[in-house]
Amino acid sequence: MISPLLTQVTSMVTSPLLVSIETASNAAYIVAALLFILALAGLSHHETAKVGNTFGILGMAIALAATITVALDNEMDALPIVLLVAAMAIGAVIGLWRSRVVEMTGMPELIALLHSFVGLAAVLVGWNGYLEVEDDPDSHHAAVLAAQDLLGVHSAEVFIGVFIGAVTFTGSIVAFLKLSARMKSAPLVLPGKNYINLGALAAFAGLTVWFVIDPQLWLLILVTLVALALGWHLVASIGGGDMPVVVSMLNSYSGWAAAASGFLLENDLLIVTGALVGSSGAYLSYIMCQAMNRSFISVIAGGFGIEAPSSGDTDYGEHREVQSAEAAEVLANARSVIITPGYGMAVAQAQYPVAELTAKLRARGVDVRFGIHPVAGRLPGHMNVLLAEAKVPYDIVLEMDEINDDFPDTDVVLVIGANDTATPAAAEDPTSPIAGMPVLEVWNASEVIVFKRSMATGYAGVQNPLFFRENSRMLFGDAKDKVDEIIHNLPE
Amino acid sequence: MLIGIPRESKSGETLVAATAKTATQLLGLGYDVVVESGAGAKADQADEAFADAGVTVGTSADVWAADVVVKVNAPTAEEIGRLRAGATVISMMAPARSPELVEQLAAQGVTGLAMDAVPRISRAQSMDVLSSMANVAGYRAVVEAAHEFGRMFTGQVTAAGKMPPARVFVVGAGVAGLAAIGAASAMGAIVRAFDVRPEVAEQVESLGGQFVEVDFEAEVSTDGYAKEMTAEQEAATAAMYDEEARAADIVITTALIPGRPAPKLLHEDTVAGMKPGSVIVDMAAANGGNCAGTQADQRVVTDHGVTILGYTDLAGRLAAQTSQLYGTNIVNLLKLLTPEKDGVLTLDMDDVVQRGITVVKEGENMWPPPAVQVSATPKVVDTHPAGMKEEKAKLTARGRLTAVSGAALVLFALIAISPPPLQERLTVFALAIVIGYYVIGNVHHALHTPLMSVTNAISGIIVVGALLQLGEDNTPIMLIAFVATLLASINVFGGFAVTRRMLGLFTRS
Repeated sequence: MISPLLTQVTSMVTSPLLVSIETASNAAYIVAALLFILALAGLSHHETAKVGNTFGILGMAIALAATITVALDNEMDALPIVLLVAAMAIGAVIGLWRSRVVEMTGMPELIALLHSFVGLAAVLVGWNGYLEVEDDPDSHHAAVLAAQDLLGVHSAEVFIGVFIGAVTFTGSIVAFLKLSARMKSAPLVLPGKNYINLGALAAFAGLTVWFVIDPQLWLLILVTLVALALGWHLVASIGGGDMPVVVSMLNSYSGWAAAASGFLLENDLLIVTGALVGSSGAYLSYIMCQAMNRSFISVIAGGFGIEAPSSGDTDYGEHREVQSAEAAEVLANARSVIITPGYGMAVAQAQYPVAELTAKLRARGVDVRFGIHPVAGRLPGHMNVLLAEAKVPYDIVLEMDEINDDFPDTDVVLVIGANDTATPAAAEDPTSPIAGMPVLEVWNASEVIVFKRSMATGYAGVQNPLFFRENSRMLFGDAKDKVDEIIHNLPE
Repeated sequence: MLIGIPRESKSGETLVAATAKTATQLLGLGYDVVVESGAGAKADQADEAFADAGVTVGTSADVWAADVVVKVNAPTAEEIGRLRAGATVISMMAPARSPELVEQLAAQGVTGLAMDAVPRISRAQSMDVLSSMANVAGYRAVVEAAHEFGRMFTGQVTAAGKMPPARVFVVGAGVAGLAAIGAASAMGAIVRAFDVRPEVAEQVESLGGQFVEVDFEAEVSTDGYAKEMTAEQEAATAAMYDEEARAADIVITTALIPGRPAPKLLHEDTVAGMKPGSVIVDMAAANGGNCAGTQADQRVVTDHGVTILGYTDLAGRLAAQTSQLYGTNIVNLLKLLTPEKDGVLTLDMDDVVQRGITVVKEGENMWPPPAVQVSATPKVVDTHPAGMKEEKAKLTARGRLTAVSGAALVLFALIAISPPPLQERLTVFALAIVIGYYVIGNVHHALHTPLMSVTNAISGIIVVGALLQLGEDNTPIMLIAFVATLLASINVFGGFAVTRRMLGLFTRS
C-alpha cells in the first residue's frame, strides 16, 4: 500500500507537469507571507522576539530566492543579471554597515530614513509600471492587460502607488531631518493648512480619473510633485515632540506603498506583506495616539497640537537646586526610587551611568524601578532600547500605567532629561498645548530630583510647573556627568 | 522706593516685619529700607544689626513717611492716618473680619495688601505667612504643653520604675496640626490625630502620627481649607473626640473655619473627664476656641486639674524664628511685585496672587477678590479624563453601526464594479489587513521599536517588484529598477540587522 503512494508523491515533486517555476514561486510566496505573519507575532513578546526576527529573515530569503529564480527563468540578459547582483550587493553592504555603526540614540533617524527608501522605491516601481504599459501600448504586458480589460485599473494602480510612495518618501525625509535636528522641530503652520492637505487629496482624485481616461506622462509627473509636496507639508506641520507617532505612521504608509505596488505588479506577496505592515503600523500609531490622548484622524491628517498656547510669561515662582553629593545621600537613604528617563538621557548618553547607579542602589537594597512614558524619546520604546543596551534588567522597566499609582509611595523620583512627559501642566492647565495627555505623575512622590541642563522649556515649548513644586529640586548639568558624580558620592 | 519697617504698636508683640537678613534682600530688589529704632529688639534684631547690613535706622516719623510700609499686625486707625496718600501698606489684615479697617484704608487713599489673604496655590506658598506662622505655632504649642505637663514625653524603663509615654491627641491636620504632630512624636510621645479631611491621613502618618478614623463621608475641599461639618457628621465625630480626649494626656486643637468662629469640639464634660494634670492647648483661642473653658491669652486650670492654654501669640513666642520666616515671605512677595528688580512696586491685577491680596488699591475698595479654585486634592483632576472617556465611548456606540454599514456599502459598490482579477487581489488584501491588525494586538510596549524596525525591513519586500522589472528589455526601466532594487535592499538588510542588534540587548535580571 505504501510504495504506490510514495511513487505518486515522488512523481508529483519531480514531474515537470505538476511543478513549474511559476507554481513553485507562488508556493514560496505563500510560505514567505506566513513567515512574515509569524515574524510580527513573534516580535510582540520578549520570549519570542528573536525567533520572530529569524522568521522574518527566512521569509525574505525565500521570497528573494523565488523571485530571482523567476527572473532568471525569463531568459534574462547578462546586463540585468549583473545589475541585479550589483544592486543587491551594494544595498546589502550599505544596509549592514549602517545598522552596525548606528548609535542606539540615532535609531529613530535611521528608521525614518529607511522608510523613505521604501517610499522612493514604490515611486520608481510605479513609474516603471507606466513605462512598461501606458507608455508602450504595443508591449506584451499591455496586450495581456487589454485582453482582460484591465488597462484602466492598471493606470489607477500606477497613480495610487506613486502617490503613496511619494508621500511616504518626503514625509520620512522631513521626519529624518527633524529627528536629526537638521531642521527646526517646531511645527510649520501655513495659513489654511488643512485646506492645503484636502486640496492635494482632491487634486489626486481628479488627476487619477483623468489619467485613467487619458494616460499622459505630464499627469504622472504632476501627481508625483503634488504627492511629494503633500508628504513634506504633512510632517513639517507636526511638532518634533510628536515624532514617535509620525515615525510609526510613516511605517504604516510604507506598507501601503508596498501593497499598492503589489496591485500594480499583480503580486500577492507584495499585497499581503504591504497590507500586514500597513495595518499593524496604523494600529501601533493608534495605540500611541490613545496613550497621548490625541485624535488618530488628526495625526494622519497632519499637524496636531496647534491650539493657542498659554501665555509664556506666567510666573511659576522659584525653583530650588540640589547638588550631586546631596542627591547621592538622599538616594542612599531612600527605600524606593523610580527613575523616569526622557530624551535628555539619550542625548547625554547617560544610560550607562544610570544602569550603574541602578545596580549600586539595588545592591544596597533600594527598590529601584523605571517608569517609561509611552512617548518618551523620539520613537516608541526608545527608552527601553537604550536601557536594554545598558543592561538594565527589563523586568524593572515598567510603563506609565503600571507605575503611576506607585508614585505616592515612592521616596525619590529621578527625572532624567524628561520634561513634557512629567508635567503637571498636562493635568492642570487646560490651555496647555499638551492638556489632557496622560503623564507620569512624579509630583506625587515624596521627593523629586530633576536632571536638566537649564531652565529652558521642553520639546512642546511649555514650561513645566513640576520644577517649581515644593517637593522638587533641580540638578543642573549634563545628565551623564551628574549621574557619575552621584555614583562617586554614594556612601560606601 | 522707600520701604519702612515700623515697630509694632500692639502691646506684647515681639515680631518685626524684617530682619537684618531679609532687609538686605529687599535692598537687593532695588528698594531703600528704613527701620524704626528698636523695632527688632524683641526678635534679637538690634539696631546695630540692621545698621551693619546697610539698612538705615530711623525714627517713627521716617518710617511712616515711606512709600511702602511693611508691618506684621494690621495698622491701627492712628497709624493709617500717618500714611501719606498713595503709599502702600503691607501687613496681615484679616480683611474678611475687619470691614472698618478696609474703609479707613480706602478713605486715606492708600493701597493695602493683606499678607494673610494669599491664595493657597502652589506658586504662592513661598509668601503664605499663615503657613509660616502656623508651622512655628504648632511646634511651640507642643513646647508649651510639655512645660505644663508634669511628666516626660518619652516612655522609659529605669531602675526606679517604668514611665509610660505621653499620649498626645491633635485635632486638625493643617500646617499647625502637622507641625505639632511632628514635634510631639519627635519628643517621643504617642501621637494620634484627626481631621475632617480623610485625605490628609497619609500626611499625618508621614510625621509619625496615627490617624483616627471615623466612618462618614466628608466633602472634598476645593479651596484648600477644611469645611464646617454637617450636623450628622458632627454627631458621629463628637463621640470620637470625647473618647480620644479622655484617653490623652495632652490635647492640641487647631480647628479653624475661615471667616467663622472656631467650632466647639471639646465640651465641658469631656474636659472634666480628662485625667488631672492633663494639658489642652487651644490654638483656635483667638477665634473663640475649640474647647469649652478656653480664654484667649490665658492659662486656665479647671477644678479637676486640667490646664487649658489659650495663648494666641504662640508664633510670637519664637520671635526670632517667626520674624525671619515672615520677613522671607515679604521678600518673596516683593520679588513678585518687583519683576524688574528696580525698586518700583507694580501691581498686576490679572495675577490671581496679586489680585487676591489687594484689599484696597489707591483708595478703591477691592475686597473681596474673585474666588480662586485650588485643586487641593488630585481627585478633581482624576474624574475629569474619566468623564471624557465615557463621553467618547457613548459616541462610538451610537455611531458605530452607521459608520460600519456606511463603509460596507461604499466598499461593496467599489468592489462590485471591479474586474474579477482585481477582486481576487482585494480579497487577499482585505484579509491581510485584518491579520496585520490582530497579529500585533498585544505587543509589549518595550518592543515597539524592534517591531517597527522589523516591519520596516519586511516592507522592503518591494524589492521583489523591482527585481521583476529589472528583466525588462528597456534601458530606462532597467535603470530605474536598478535604483529601486538598491534602495529596497538597503532597507531589507539594514532593517533585519538593526532589529537583531536591538533584540540582542534585552536581558532579564
